[in-house]
Amino acid sequence: MIWLAVVAGSVGVYLLKLAGLSLPVRVLERPAVRSVAALLPVALLSALVAVGTVDGSGGITLDARLGGLAAAVVALVLRAPFVVVLVVAATATAVLRAAV
Amino acid sequence: MTDIASDLRAVRRDALGIGVYAVAFGASFGTISVASGLDVLQTSVLSLVMFSGASQFALIGVVGSGGSALAAVGAALLLGARNSFYGVRLATLLPRRDLRAPRSLVTGQLVIDETTAMAVGRNDVREQRYAFWFTGAVLFVLWNVGTLAGALFGRAVGDPAALGLDAAAPAAFLALLWPRLADRTSRLVAGAAAVTALALVPVAPGGVPVLAAAAVPLLAVLHTSRRAEVRS
Repeated sequence: MIWLAVVAGSVGVYLLKLAGLSLPVRVLERPAVRSVAALLPVALLSALVAVGTVDGSGGITLDARLGGLAAAVVALVLRAPFVVVLVVAATATAVLRAAV
Repeated sequence: MTDIASDLRAVRRDALGIGVYAVAFGASFGTISVASGLDVLQTSVLSLVMFSGASQFALIGVVGSGGSALAAVGAALLLGARNSFYGVRLATLLPRRDLRAPRSLVTGQLVIDETTAMAVGRNDVREQRYAFWFTGAVLFVLWNVGTLAGALFGRAVGDPAALGLDAAAPAAFLALLWPRLADRTSRLVAGAAAVTALALVPVAPGGVPVLAAAAVPLLAVLHTSRRAEVRS
């Protein structure tokens, strides 16, 4: 039973990854497809940032992650390097969580 | 202007930064997977073949709570569906030979949040391709090493939430997206996508809120092309 889920799930998720790459070139060369494709990661990753910061068990949960993301925004505005942004976000979250 | 060698060095440094939290999350995945009733081999097959963190956590979550295999697979597919959209973007950026079988079978495995974010966060196409492959290779190795370590020695691994690592992923995606948000269209799309997803969090199953945000660029492009038609 677990093996069925592991194998079917793994193959399915792998095929989903392969599917987007496998669009025919003539479809990809259409200007409208290129415009949508260029904005897709912007939309999906922004949604992922929002959901990853506040999702909880079946709803919205406001916790230390929000402070961590705010700290990351400050670091980004101050033009901190990528790795510093990660460290700042994680540290701020950990400190807030320990303090509350 | 910086030269290409130092740009590629910056890509490697950023990828290793993501790699550090990937090890920690992989270890946490391995620990929770074994605690949910999967064995070490099943846990490793997930990280090797599924190789998509959100889908993996969803699958073991359903298995751990006693759900059916069908429900577990469904949850994993819902979270994995966004990778199809990433693939469309990456197909416009990667060289043709990366998209032809048998090489595409390897390329496809690396189409995930982190590799897409790293690639679209760069301006030069050479850097974008390098960022995709380097990040993909580093993450594949470190995610699997972390998973195995967690599955074998789970109790020795610390809690990622206590270290604030659950905020590291959103922060990483925001940081990689940041340069893209310089133009107005992207900012509008990003804002609308975030609001759409958040509105769906309380009512839709896991994976759907983020997936639904894919409608935003579609509507944005339809809207602008219709306006252009009216004008012409």
